[in-house]
Amino acid sequence: MSSGLIFAITGVVLFAMGSAGMLLVAHLLRRILAFNLMGSGAFLILVGLAQRGGTPDPVPQAMVLTGIVVAVAATALALALLRKLHTLNGRTELPRVEDD
Amino acid sequence: MKTAAIVIGAAAFAATMIAALLDLPPSAIHLPRLVDANLPVSGVTHPVTAVLLNFRGYDTMLEIGVLLLALLIVLAVGTHDGADAAPTADPMLQTFARLAASLMALVAVYLLWAGARQPGGAFQAGAVLAAAAVLLHLAGVLPAWREPGALLRSGLAAGFLVFLFVAMALLSQGTLLQYPHAAAGSLILLIEFALTISLGLILAGLFLFLSGGQGSDS
Repeated sequence: MSSGLIFAITGVVLFAMGSAGMLLVAHLLRRILAFNLMGSGAFLILVGLAQRGGTPDPVPQAMVLTGIVVAVAATALALALLRKLHTLNGRTELPRVEDD
Repeated sequence: MKTAAIVIGAAAFAATMIAALLDLPPSAIHLPRLVDANLPVSGVTHPVTAVLLNFRGYDTMLEIGVLLLALLIVLAVGTHDGADAAPTADPMLQTFARLAASLMALVAVYLLWAGARQPGGAFQAGAVLAAAAVLLHLAGVLPAWREPGALLRSGLAAGFLVFLFVAMALLSQGTLLQYPHAAAGSLILLIEFALTISLGLILAGLFLFLSGGQGSDS
């Protein structure tokens, strides 16, 4: 088993943990963290799978670099929205759906 | 009950994915070879920079657009909520932060310049610049940003606009962002320079605009 494959498998585990966290946790800040965990897992899968053969592939690396910067911006946007929500009604959770 | 179902579902997903990864045959298209073959015409000698700014320049252009959009939404949502953190006034910390920030600016310029040949480039340089601004803000040297002025606005948009302008200028040749071979290196450096400034300002702005306080408009 090459090290690239180990990275990819770690990425899968991170992604699964993040998606479970997204569904289970109600606090929005933790949900944003779980979302970031999912993103990190996806990046690890991309980079790890691409270097299974031993040599790193520059194309997924460039894509992941782009993705990381976009993920940072998306996180900042989510935090801004969360702060606005907290300012407006003091809540840090989304309202629950009643017929659930 | 719901928790158990979600945990079991996530575990099953992970197990299936790992089984699929272990079974996956080697990819049929060998991208590194393609990149290596085209590297001499890209204008730079580092493969990641070549992919980012030449082979897949379209992605990078859209990315800086996405970043700008995120910052615009942050500004539109309104950031002033009265929670103004008291700036620290520790002179030792402030002196050190000033010293570190000037070195970080130097590192950013080096990273930008090195990007053509070795790991580095606009994103790394922009991130270092943004980190310097955040450091200065946290040390109390740089106040939080309020309404962006004309200079800041043009700095925020410069990267996207320069990229878009180059893309449009090259459109006359038929393909979007296909650089002429002779000018490829300088065009990439020009785009990377504008990208660095914009990325640094946007990433710093995401922190410094959010950090602004004691406004009364919310």
